[in-house]
Amino acid sequence: MTDTVSSAGVPALLGARGYRAALEWIARRAEAFVIPLAALVVGMVLFSVFVALVGKSPLQLYETMWRGGFGSWFSIQNSLSRGAPLLLAALCVALPARLGLVVIGGEGAIVLGGVAAAAIGVALNGAPSFLVILLMGVGGVVAGGIWIGAVGALRHYRAVNETISSLLMAYIAIALMNHLVEGPLRDPASLNKPSTQPLADIYRIGNIPGMEVHWGLGVGILACVLSWLLIEKTRWGFAARIAGGNVRAAQVQGLAVGPLIVGFTALAGGFAGLAGMLEVAAVQGSANGSLAAGYGYTGILVAFLARHNPLAIIPVAILLGGIDASGGLIQRRMDLPDATVLVLQGMLFIVILFSETFYGRFKLFNPDLWQRST
Amino acid sequence: METTDIGLWGVPLAMLGGAIRVSTPFIFVSLGEAITERSGRINLGLEGTLVFGAMSAYAVAVVTGSPWLGLLAAAFAGLCFGLFHGWICKFPKVNDIAIGIALMLFGSGLAFFFGKPFIQPSAPDLPAIPFGAWSSIPQVQAALNVNVLFLIGAALAVFLWWAFRNTRVGLIVRVVGDSADAARAMGLNPNTVRLLATGAGGALAGIGGAYLSLYYPGSWTERISSGQGLMAVALVIFARWNPLGCFAAALLFGGAGALGPALQSVGVTQGYYLFYAAPYILTLVIMIATSSPSRTLAGAPGELSITK
Repeated sequence: MTDTVSSAGVPALLGARGYRAALEWIARRAEAFVIPLAALVVGMVLFSVFVALVGKSPLQLYETMWRGGFGSWFSIQNSLSRGAPLLLAALCVALPARLGLVVIGGEGAIVLGGVAAAAIGVALNGAPSFLVILLMGVGGVVAGGIWIGAVGALRHYRAVNETISSLLMAYIAIALMNHLVEGPLRDPASLNKPSTQPLADIYRIGNIPGMEVHWGLGVGILACVLSWLLIEKTRWGFAARIAGGNVRAAQVQGLAVGPLIVGFTALAGGFAGLAGMLEVAAVQGSANGSLAAGYGYTGILVAFLARHNPLAIIPVAILLGGIDASGGLIQRRMDLPDATVLVLQGMLFIVILFSETFYGRFKLFNPDLWQRST
Repeated sequence: METTDIGLWGVPLAMLGGAIRVSTPFIFVSLGEAITERSGRINLGLEGTLVFGAMSAYAVAVVTGSPWLGLLAAAFAGLCFGLFHGWICKFPKVNDIAIGIALMLFGSGLAFFFGKPFIQPSAPDLPAIPFGAWSSIPQVQAALNVNVLFLIGAALAVFLWWAFRNTRVGLIVRVVGDSADAARAMGLNPNTVRLLATGAGGALAGIGGAYLSLYYPGSWTERISSGQGLMAVALVIFARWNPLGCFAAALLFGGAGALGPALQSVGVTQGYYLFYAAPYILTLVIMIATSSPSRTLAGAPGELSITK
């Protein structure tokens, strides 16, 4: 075996060692940035090929996408608004992923969280606004938490595959919403688009001062930061990471894996439910079919792009919010179907998953394999 | 005999007819998934393949005027999706379940992208055989109007059941699915076998999609599939990877899916959306009932990540 730098006993100047150590420090962390970014670029290049094949200019498309997503203060605010629910929807995938679970039914928790919040907001009409908004939030979190928590419980106690069960539960949730919104909770005044009764204005959540972006963005970022702290800095997060690595080992260590799984999935569902509550309280003003707008599914992509790191979710969610926001402009300016954005997302998703195979393959990112450079 | 009002008998009759009509895509997707899973991989992307198959079948049928060419196009498109899944999953650390989710989104996205111009025009249908011609009751005739694809699916189920047990190819697929090491020792390349098995599974799922757009419901819309591809995956587990079981389970699911429309046809509209959820609930209940944390499922391929 060749002599490696870390074991070299060559006396060196402190400055040189510090330089070397810094280089190693950077190299060890660079992999987590370089590979996803490279994958993102490759995905966009592949998408350019696709766009060129259907006879449109990729350059014009990306220019339009930039303009629609981030080109002006107006479009940036639009992207941030679209990114806000994605933050919470992505946490619904990322938290269980740390335990080794692939939960993809966040859409169901969003929908039910929204319906629960709307029902509470209408039922408590007349009560003080802060109390009602708080209870709406709690209602959304509880509804979503129960829904995805059940997926976790089924996984651990009945060995039901969580990927399939969560998606089935999402379909059930959407059917349940349709039933409630068209039946017991329907506002008779909503004709074309069945909805619950609109929330009174004092129960609506407003915008962050100085921006046309509602407070959901702040809530989402806070949730991401708290989730990061939970995973990286608490013993529960530590236990979850062990269980995610090897369930048997965690059980041998005496960790209560069952409560851990149920707790993490319930928290994940709670975040998604909160996203639904925010959609109702800040955007729609009532619960209706627009709650199933696909945020849950885009959230899956966000979480995988961020490699299930809650802090990385923040920029990725805003990026994908921007891509989402530019969809309308692409449709109008370039005469392309609105599904163009879906194609791009699908390509990015596949490339990102494919890039997993490159982790640990490059010497550049592993200082232990560097040979002494003299 | 002039009266066509057969009262509540209409419900089981409509459910029987509905079970046959609704189950056909389930049969094809689940048989395809059974082949793939028997080889040791799981392809969750069949939902996307189903949607893309539906779109390509419809588009080709509109352009050429032949539903059979449409069917062929759907099978070919499904084959391509399946081969892509099989190819990309051979790389180390690439997760077959996650790739399936990505392909689910990608397949639907591509189908919506190319399918936009085909939402309006109408395509020729696949033919059906009127087994109910002896009866003068329209409901009976409607229920027994069986599409040829249903019959092909039934025959295919029997054939696959036989082939898994009695043919060389069937044995190869099963060996690769049970132990990649044993397969390598036999001189087989597990990746190649899985590539082909996933490709075959994709082609069958494409045919299932063609049935959706060319027979029932018989038009191309962006909401043509609502999780049938995914339910079929769950159904394969319930059927214990046995093609005959897949066929029976598909009929059961078809019946559950027909419950809502059948009740509506006799005037029950209360709770329509809850009945609409019946197949999903049934799938979930069956998954809960048949899974167990303490024992592995009987008949499960040893290499399958979903049952480990």
